Amino acid sequence: MIVPALDSAMTIEFRLNGEPISIDIHPAERLLDTLRYALRLTGTKEGCAEGECGACTVYLDGLPANACLVPTVQVRGREVRTIESLDGATLQPFLTGGATQCGACTPGVVMTATWIRHHPEILARHSIRALMAGNLCRCTGYDGIVDSIEAALQEDVIE
Amino acid sequence: MKVACPASLPEALTMLSAEPSAIPLAGGTDIMVNWPQRLSAHQERYLDLSGVMELRSIRWTDDALILGAMTTYWDVIEDGQVAAAFPMLVDAARQVGAVQIQSRGTWAGNIVNASPAADGVPVLMAYDAIVVLESTAGRAEVPLADFYLGYKDLRRGPDQLVTEIRIPRRSYRFHRFQKVGPRRALAITKVGVAVTCDGDDWRVVANSVAPTVCRCPAIERRLSAGALSGPEDLLGPIRDDVSPIDDIRSTARYREAVLARLIYHTVQDAASSLNPHER
Repeated sequence: MIVPALDSAMTIEFRLNGEPISIDIHPAERLLDTLRYALRLTGTKEGCAEGECGACTVYLDGLPANACLVPTVQVRGREVRTIESLDGATLQPFLTGGATQCGACTPGVVMTATWIRHHPEILARHSIRALMAGNLCRCTGYDGIVDSIEAALQEDVIE
Repeated sequence: MKVACPASLPEALTMLSAEPSAIPLAGGTDIMVNWPQRLSAHQERYLDLSGVMELRSIRWTDDALILGAMTTYWDVIEDGQVAAAFPMLVDAARQVGAVQIQSRGTWAGNIVNASPAADGVPVLMAYDAIVVLESTAGRAEVPLADFYLGYKDLRRGPDQLVTEIRIPRRSYRFHRFQKVGPRRALAITKVGVAVTCDGDDWRVVANSVAPTVCRCPAIERRLSAGALSGPEDLLGPIRDDVSPIDDIRSTARYREAVLARLIYHTVQDAASSLNPHER
């Protein structure tokens, strides 16, 4: 029995930021490295490499995931979105609210926060703080982040 | 690293029987931790289950809830019917990590990774979950409470894949999962306990206090025997059932003392919710 195992470069296809792409990857590659080094999308940051800090948050089929824990081989046929796909205006509430300082966590924070803004219905069952628990920030003390998300949600309701 | 990518369950089982040393890869939340530093892990073979659609389902039968092996914590959190019947599953899922982990981590992966600190396992075990294993040779079922033989030692043959977790439908009079860790999200448990009461039967399952997540029969017998005068009544049965250690997260003494208090207060709350007129 021959197992079709793959230990050298392989080609996979998936949707990245709304566009179909085809790319050669190594099977031991993490999505984080594919994004940063093969695709040069360096907005997604590496923090802890163990799924704690959330700096590498991307959307996988619409849900936040840590790109450091996703083997790229698993995104074949799926939809990946990174911070580069977000409109610059998404950042405004964070700038206004003082929700960023050194910036290392900011792309991940903005990804999770924007996911909450796009799905306000989940706030019926989850608090903003619980939903943001997977994004560590050593600078802001979190109040600025939570207040900015609340302000953005208010704006969304008014619009 | 070699990865086989089956597109169906029969294909996955055939691949696993040909290559039984292959490690099934579900959400990757354990396997991929610190991946760049773990060069020996890069040499292993993996069986990627993400393309096996048969494993991605939550279904109900007349007598059970069936979680396909690729069911994630988030799938359960968002399923109102599961939350109503088995609320401890949602409690545990919410504590297992934040949304980035909940969206990827699977219940079956938590069982097979076999960490003594697994947060998904105590609640499944306290609900009498059954692990369904399949191989090209057939199907087998093992109660989760009997699945662990020792530390990271499972009753899973190398050619067997966990395909389902079956949870019997039952009306519980009381259920509660509690976890003590340094932080609410993302923290590995120092001591945790899931308690259910069905009729007069108690099930007590503890994590982080033994080489495996385990049922606690001596504690269960003590609870059935009658009222407790205080947490210290549980220390004897606790020492019969579990063997906590000192490690980077906590001490044996702390774990015993806190386990006794968690169970004591849980039972007090259960008594007042089961017999409201006695309050």
